[in-house]
Amino acid sequence: MSVPVQNPASGAAGTVNASDHPRPSQSGFSSWANRHRKWLFAAPAMIFTAAMLIFPLVWTVYLSFTNAQGSVRAPKKFIGLDNYVKVLTDTDRFWPAVGRTLVFTAGVLVVQMVLGMCIALLLRRAFRGQGLIRVAILLPLVATPVAVGMMWRLIFDPNIGPANYLLGLIGLGPYPWLAGEKTALATTMLIDIWQWTPMVALILLAGLTSLSDEVDEAAAIDGANTWQRFWWVTLPLVWPSVVVALLLRGIDALKTFDILYATKGRGGGSFHEVETLNVYAYGLSFDYNEYGLASTVLILFFALIVAAMLALTSRQKER
Amino acid sequence: MRRIYALGVTLALAAPLALAGCGSDEATQSPSEVVRVTLANHVWTENIKARFDEFTKETGLKVELTQLGEDQLSDQYNVKLNAGSSDIDVMMYRPLQEGKLFATNGWMANLTDKVSSNAAWDWDDYQPGPVKATTFEDKVVGVPIITETEVLYYRTDLLEQSGFSTPPATLDELKQMAAKVHEDNPDIAGFVARTGRTAAVTQFSSFLFSYGGDFDNGNGTATLDTQAAMDAYDLYGTLLREYGPTNVSTDMSWPEAMAVFTQGKAALYVEANSLYKNATDPANSQVSDTVAFAPFPAGPAGSRPYNIPSWALGVNSGSTNVDNAWKFIEWATSKEQSLLNQQSGVPSARISVWENPEATADYPEGIVLAAQEAAENGVGHDRPLVVQVAKAREIVGQPIVDAITGKDLAASLAAAQTQYQAFLDDEK
Repeated sequence: MSVPVQNPASGAAGTVNASDHPRPSQSGFSSWANRHRKWLFAAPAMIFTAAMLIFPLVWTVYLSFTNAQGSVRAPKKFIGLDNYVKVLTDTDRFWPAVGRTLVFTAGVLVVQMVLGMCIALLLRRAFRGQGLIRVAILLPLVATPVAVGMMWRLIFDPNIGPANYLLGLIGLGPYPWLAGEKTALATTMLIDIWQWTPMVALILLAGLTSLSDEVDEAAAIDGANTWQRFWWVTLPLVWPSVVVALLLRGIDALKTFDILYATKGRGGGSFHEVETLNVYAYGLSFDYNEYGLASTVLILFFALIVAAMLALTSRQKER
Repeated sequence: MRRIYALGVTLALAAPLALAGCGSDEATQSPSEVVRVTLANHVWTENIKARFDEFTKETGLKVELTQLGEDQLSDQYNVKLNAGSSDIDVMMYRPLQEGKLFATNGWMANLTDKVSSNAAWDWDDYQPGPVKATTFEDKVVGVPIITETEVLYYRTDLLEQSGFSTPPATLDELKQMAAKVHEDNPDIAGFVARTGRTAAVTQFSSFLFSYGGDFDNGNGTATLDTQAAMDAYDLYGTLLREYGPTNVSTDMSWPEAMAVFTQGKAALYVEANSLYKNATDPANSQVSDTVAFAPFPAGPAGSRPYNIPSWALGVNSGSTNVDNAWKFIEWATSKEQSLLNQQSGVPSARISVWENPEATADYPEGIVLAAQEAAENGVGHDRPLVVQVAKAREIVGQPIVDAITGKDLAASLAAAQTQYQAFLDDEK
């Protein structure tokens, strides 16, 4: 059998008889590898993705159809859609958790977008001490959410916290903050807004700085006032950045766990007052060891996130 | 070129295999010399950690310690033991919280032969209650290291100012004193205790027992609809609602409740005796000079505080190092180590240690008295004795927070009774 080989010494290619230079690896594995090289080189990344993303997802889907409880290695029964029926008809924990997740996400998104835009507009123009202010505004972003949660928990302590003390000096309060059944969710939203508005501001600022001043000036010459220039000129131009910020922050806010766990602990407080879908799924798996139900909640949650993402990106395409 | 491709592919495929090979080599070499121990944040852990060198000197074995908070410890066990990991050899666990679940799942190694193998170490020296809690289906799965009972922490100065020379002996007196102190000092809570739905269950249990009640009858029937339960929940809720800290939160576990007390913001406080050092240590407590202790006040059924083994050491059934893990447990729970721990404020489960006057020489008088009384009248559990303890605690804890926040207690108890009965039926 003759195969084309390259002469390493001369660099000249030629046809030689394989029996003169036996190279079994080249005729077998090597040529196979050569033909499939695009797959082979992609293989490590594909194996990694499969192991880290696809397998856990498929496994979670599988668990959601079983009665897995106690230990995931224990024998489990396939129970079809029972878990889904149970979860979707649960008006005690599941639907309130869905409601809280949506309220939390929508609430923080609206405030963060508005505040973020205001900060970005302020920081857009050059001014003295600009660098210092920019760094100061970014500080909450670099703190660990769990540490942030602990810090605010101390600040908002109804009895010994500085928040009530300071408000007391001007005759306000005391407020229950995180301790109140009705105020806890709003307080956690406040913490999230404090921590993540800088990120939104940063993305919007990046969008704003790439805009040319000419359009804005043209609109000003045409007699548009500040608000009209912002609403009809700047906002449409910066819209792609707004969508990026909405998308990133939206998905992140839906998944919020650390701040809620650090401030209210397991179960989202004694009345489940800050129990979102993530906190609920965590409780089902780590407190109750009900892995079948927990997986069901997670799959439904996953569907919610994918739906939200598709809704946002399809709006973007329409524009 | 082709040869370069072939070389690249070979390297790409060989590298993970080689790395995997290194990993397995390491795994087969180490287990005999290093004992991997996972412990909770506790005074006991701090004490024993300082003496690991002695263990290494005695046995030649090294200790690799992982130390975590209670919740993180629980989560770590859930993840690793579920996966059948051999990363953990010795595990510190809560027999009443996780013991049944872990043993049912087959996560605890059987130590029955080990505990009887060394007469000098003396398994018979352990109190029967704790031994029962670490035994599952006639197999010993753990060695109790810390026992706890509920005691009353009180401020001598505040009680004296309000005209009381002795601590409350009954729950009625407790209520009167809390009311009087709070009335005399509006900024100070007459009473403080844990308020979190699940955290409060254990400290509330002594109230329930002292009224003659319990969470269930031990045979699968919920007993939250009894008058005793109603009275106990009502008292606990009233004490915190009427005389507790202003804006009382329903999230307090022991660190928060202890902080209120040690910052001088409360007069009476019920808590586990094993935490008393937090209140007497001047470095952490502003009331170290004025704090005193007393046995749990008596209710209509007498003083019936819980008296339980709060922590034990067990061995992971997936461990490949069981013999050395046992050597660590044997050392850490020896009579000498138990005595040293008890002397530094951690109550042991060993009878001989309690009989030794040296063990409690430095203890406050009330703590010793409370332990003696609890040994006679104590109840061996402080939470429902079920497999899914966390879920049960949420159910029986709901009326506690409802009582604290002044909701309709009768309705809350009726709902809890129905839910808890359904839960017990489910576990049968």
